Amino acid sequence: MTRAGQAGPDLADTGLADTGLASTGLANTGLAGTGELTRLALRRDRIALVATVYVIVALVAGTAWTFRKLYPTAAGRAALAATGEGNPALRFLYGRLYGDSLGSLTTWRYGVWAGIFTALAAIFVVVRHTRTDEEAGRLELVGSAVVGRDAALVAGLLTAAAPVLAITVLLWTALPFTGLPAAGSAALALGIGACGLAFTGITAVAAQLASTAGGARGIALGVLGAAFMLRGVGDAAGAGGLSWLSWVSPLAWIQLTQPFAAERWWVLALPLATFALGVVLAFQLAARRDLGAGLLPDRPGGPAASRLLSNPVGLAWRLQRGMLAGWVAGYAVTFAASGAAAKGVGQLVGTSTALQREFARLGGQAAIVNAYLAALMLLAGLVGAAYATSAVLRLRSEETDGRAEPVLATRTGRVRWALSHITVAVAGTVLLLAVAGVAAGLGYGLRAGSAGTEVTRMLGAGLAQLPGSLALAAVAVLLFGLLPEAAVPGAWTAVGLVVAIALFGELLQVSHWVLDISPFTQTPRLPGGTVTAEPLLWLCLAAVGFSVIGLLGLRRRDIG
Amino acid sequence: MANAIEARALRKSFGRTRALDGLDLTVRTGEVHAFLGPNGAGKTTTIRILLGLLNKDGGEAVLLGGDPWRDATTLHARLAYVPGDVTLWPSLTGGEIIDLLARLRGRRDGIDAKRRQALIERFDLDPSKKARAYSKGNRQKVALVAALASDAELLLLDEPTAGLDPLMEASFRECVNAERHDGRTILLSSHILSEAEALADRVTIIRDGQAVETGTLAEMRHLTRNFVDADLAAPVSLEGVPGVHDLDVQDSRVRCQVDHAALGDVLALLTSAGVRSLTCRPPTLEELFLRHYSTERVGLGARS
Repeated sequence: MTRAGQAGPDLADTGLADTGLASTGLANTGLAGTGELTRLALRRDRIALVATVYVIVALVAGTAWTFRKLYPTAAGRAALAATGEGNPALRFLYGRLYGDSLGSLTTWRYGVWAGIFTALAAIFVVVRHTRTDEEAGRLELVGSAVVGRDAALVAGLLTAAAPVLAITVLLWTALPFTGLPAAGSAALALGIGACGLAFTGITAVAAQLASTAGGARGIALGVLGAAFMLRGVGDAAGAGGLSWLSWVSPLAWIQLTQPFAAERWWVLALPLATFALGVVLAFQLAARRDLGAGLLPDRPGGPAASRLLSNPVGLAWRLQRGMLAGWVAGYAVTFAASGAAAKGVGQLVGTSTALQREFARLGGQAAIVNAYLAALMLLAGLVGAAYATSAVLRLRSEETDGRAEPVLATRTGRVRWALSHITVAVAGTVLLLAVAGVAAGLGYGLRAGSAGTEVTRMLGAGLAQLPGSLALAAVAVLLFGLLPEAAVPGAWTAVGLVVAIALFGELLQVSHWVLDISPFTQTPRLPGGTVTAEPLLWLCLAAVGFSVIGLLGLRRRDIG
Repeated sequence: MANAIEARALRKSFGRTRALDGLDLTVRTGEVHAFLGPNGAGKTTTIRILLGLLNKDGGEAVLLGGDPWRDATTLHARLAYVPGDVTLWPSLTGGEIIDLLARLRGRRDGIDAKRRQALIERFDLDPSKKARAYSKGNRQKVALVAALASDAELLLLDEPTAGLDPLMEASFRECVNAERHDGRTILLSSHILSEAEALADRVTIIRDGQAVETGTLAEMRHLTRNFVDADLAAPVSLEGVPGVHDLDVQDSRVRCQVDHAALGDVLALLTSAGVRSLTCRPPTLEELFLRHYSTERVGLGARS
């Protein structure tokens, strides 16, 4: 049941206890046992890794195939390319577009996002097989066997590299079958793979800095978020101004390689160098610290509890405030910067007539700025949904780790306990969306000279995303109450689906029935769009309904 | 109210595994009751049902006069619980957790500061350390201090001394004895027999989800055989004497097990032959315990 419990049979299965180490020739070095640990890790994750590789490869290759069907004529592709390159909001979300071939369009639409998904996989795998194992004490058990000091880190890196390499090789071989040129396919596949490796290196460093798995994941995800925002602002700025920002972001390097266009192979050196630097730095840091410790120190705390820590909500707040503070800081910085970039966005006029036509079709400068800001707020809502989901799912980890039990053995009832974390999740989401709106409004307003009106307008635009984000949190509550075993994978699948529908649904022309499942399809595009109260009310009603059903389920089921 | 805990024919299954199969358990108010059984016998499942964390599949359970599932929150104000596998919030200090649990139990003002301090000193606990820095034993101490410092009338302790060093185990025993004098009821699940033997007024032994033996240690010994080891002046034949088992005669040395009822007759026989030395002792709890768990020793079945 517990994760620690699973390690037992796995150790036996992979023959870790066997003494076949001498044959590896690595016995007595810091790398002794690396092979065994890697096989153990690959075995533990085999299903998730295969699924991840499949989803990413199928997404990219599938899109290339769908584009061929949807845009068979050169004129159709040119129109799509003009939209993509002319609309800063789209450039912010998907990146730059080089050329209007099928390959270029595929790279534009999925270059960045396949990079993000690959990076996410790398981050979760590296942390899981380094910090998580260390925190749970499993590395201690393993470390007492004939296993070198560096073995766990190397095994974590190899385990993350395996799916990244699989994605690269599969895309490299699969994309030409969809009719794309071989050279461009190679550049796109290598770009996505190299991006995954870059984040493997970054996460290896993060896993040495923080003393907890959550902290390490937080640092790595923070870098990923910053990379997305830098790239977004740089790409949205177009040819001039802040476009240099893209060069700082590993996520932009995929498109900067210009697959299916110029194919600048040398750009691939940037992510590979990042990976190498990260790995070297991680080993240096690892040599300087003890097992279980981080480089960022752990301070002692108060010998008695403050007045705040006297009820379930106080406890939930105490447990979640650190994470929320990180999210708020990230939101404030990225949305202020992205908002500030909006001014440059509106001034862009394309060089081609097609671009200028598209510019006019979108409604001119004011409308383009609004579209860009609305895309920012959509992103704030989607990421806010991810925050709300993780905050709600804290309930599940409290339960499975046995920390719910002592609380529920007091006068605190189940519903009250669950509501404590839900309260923090809701309040945190409100705060994040308000911060996103205010920061973007300030960033844009200060440059445009209308800070007052922009802040109010953007605060409203940010909070308009709230029903959508909370509806997804309510799905997590529902699953937690009714199907606790499926709560974590189920809730994240729901978030993933909604993100996919919001970003790729319309382009891939999926049916309206599918689009309408996503709460963000019902959310108004603000600023600039029109607001109708009805869908928002329905969303709120659904969120409350799901939560009530989930809490009723929680009252009836077994805990633990 | 005579009984703090009254469970009848409790049943609970997890999928195809039957954890409890008609378990009976009675804990009288004011007693220290040891709940004995090997790992996986169903001790923790029983306690979790009594706490209302699990819903029983069948049978009856009454805790402090209420229904543990329906009245969970009101009952919890009157009890304190130490889980078998103590996991704490890594970012909170031990002191914070002790205060938090006391307040969640319903005391607005926290806990008796003097008592808290005395217990922290007795268990030699550093309350300002973050929980992630605690060893298993120290985590156990935090949970114990939180429970013992409360004024709950019932303590549910699930293997409370697992992970404690012998010194701390002694401190724990002193505390439990002090609680007994205060009139608190304690249910102590354990597989450490010496602990149960030293502390418990009554014992329930469970196996495969059923209570196989319950009563005071004296009562339980009464039902079983005594071990007799005698050195005799003249040989005596115990062969065929009713109530004598596992007879082992080597010259003048006689060793055997004797049913409680036959003890008087056997001793009379022995003394008539002339006794040079004699040891006659009741079974230890360990022997009682093993009797229920080793299949080879079925022949010892004394309940017949």
